[in-house]
Amino acid sequence: MTNFTPTEMMTIAAARALSNDDVCFVGIGAPSAACNVARLTHAPDITLIYESGTIGTAPEVLPLSIGDGELCETALCTVSVPEMFRYWLMGGRISIGFLGAAQLDRFGNINTTVIGDYTHPKVRLPGGGGAPEIATSCGEIFITLKQAPRSMVNTIDFFTSFGHGEGGDHRQRLGISTKGPTLLITDLAIWRPDPESKEFTVRSLHKGVTRQQVQDNCGWPVRFAASVEETPEPTELELGTLRDLQARTAAAHRGDAR
Amino acid sequence: MAEFLSLHDAVQRNLRDGDMVAFEGFTHLIPHAAAHEAIRQGIRDLTLLRMTPDIIYDQMIGMGLARKVIFSYAGNPGVGLLRRMRDAIEHSYPRGIETVEHSHSAMAQAYEAGASGLPCAVFRGYKGAGLKEVNPDIKSVICPFTGEELAAIPSHRPDVTFIHAQKASEKGDVLIEGIIGVQKEAALAAKRVVVTVEEVVPSFKGLHPNLTILPHWTIDAVAVVPGGAHPSYTYGYYARDNAAYLEWDKISADREAFSAWMEANVLNAGPEVFVQRVEALR
Repeated sequence: MTNFTPTEMMTIAAARALSNDDVCFVGIGAPSAACNVARLTHAPDITLIYESGTIGTAPEVLPLSIGDGELCETALCTVSVPEMFRYWLMGGRISIGFLGAAQLDRFGNINTTVIGDYTHPKVRLPGGGGAPEIATSCGEIFITLKQAPRSMVNTIDFFTSFGHGEGGDHRQRLGISTKGPTLLITDLAIWRPDPESKEFTVRSLHKGVTRQQVQDNCGWPVRFAASVEETPEPTELELGTLRDLQARTAAAHRGDAR
Repeated sequence: MAEFLSLHDAVQRNLRDGDMVAFEGFTHLIPHAAAHEAIRQGIRDLTLLRMTPDIIYDQMIGMGLARKVIFSYAGNPGVGLLRRMRDAIEHSYPRGIETVEHSHSAMAQAYEAGASGLPCAVFRGYKGAGLKEVNPDIKSVICPFTGEELAAIPSHRPDVTFIHAQKASEKGDVLIEGIIGVQKEAALAAKRVVVTVEEVVPSFKGLHPNLTILPHWTIDAVAVVPGGAHPSYTYGYYARDNAAYLEWDKISADREAFSAWMEANVLNAGPEVFVQRVEALR
């Protein structure tokens, strides 16, 4: 397929990173789309968990919120919110936490709390929700967001959730034993942290994307891996699955499907 | 002991100026009708407690009822920001509010600790998180057995908790199913509990033995308000009105549009309007 948008490429590249055996804690928005495309294509047995307490959910349409009825109706089981966080998240049962971000830095630290000063914010964002403990309790963290200089910044305004901190072994120094961010998927590229410094490094460019474009849409000086690959473009099945899902979702959220 | 009351009387007898109050519901079963009744009664200086203050707290803050908000995610779920709450934080309109911010994990466990009669919740959390720097309620304790440093926060003990549920029995026992959220913990942590329900049934005999039930002797008042969670939803009764959540983003973006909407749909309305609002969603 040659006719696809950068956002579609991002969602499909993110979906490919998930496997059948994963137990994935799903953030709303872009992560939710990617996780469900994975489930509807190559990973039919993936366990998707939303923080509302739904375990092993398989929604027909993407939920608008983390607690839409669809999630509970299609789940293997639904537990209380304290149980979700205590036994399942902090008990270490989740292999991958999939997060979006308002602001992200090169070490995978995320801000979804405020733009500007915390006490006198320029913009008050919704806040972290489950993210502070998702970031430290899941086996590893995948992040997905659209690139822009104002979202990929040199210094985030607030540490909503901890990635690799200042880089290197900062997580271990804080007593965090999980891997943290291991993958960043944007609308332009696939990034992985450098094994030593933990700085996100471009490993693959989506088809037609230049290094200059990646740099123009990123607020820090971008590092590229020694060999940069090209992300395979979406297959007909992947793209069809995503578009069908989004069409069903749009109809349901307008209220004309229920 | 649960008393069956009109929503007006249930709110008037249980919610007072200056109270710490939780209107809980995790996307599902949000007690909209009860919050609207509190707004109509003009109750002041509330400390609002909730994991996910969404539209109802946006409305209560926008109408000037709140002095302080304790929360973990202040957004219109899946849509965006809470515009009235932002206006209060960013511009002190219609009044400034104090905010105390936690993570979901912390909030859920603070309710659980409150329900357990404990002074604090202890958990492996907030590692590397910025909230520790801005919320003095986030402290740490050392595990006496392993020496591990763990996060500790005070338990939640609201003066009153409001929740919405599917059914009450004639005795006033309350049944909740679907996404059960944190309502059981929020109710058992509170000094007083008010529940709005879709309907009253003779008894719960013959139902699955593991349904979430609050016995009548844990509840102060039950008010029957069919549709009382709208635009949130009640599993088994009506679906979430996602279009209304999308619409709220526009209404709440403008101070005058907000006031006009509140005037027409809350101040000059009563709990009986909810049944019509969910008609097309059943």
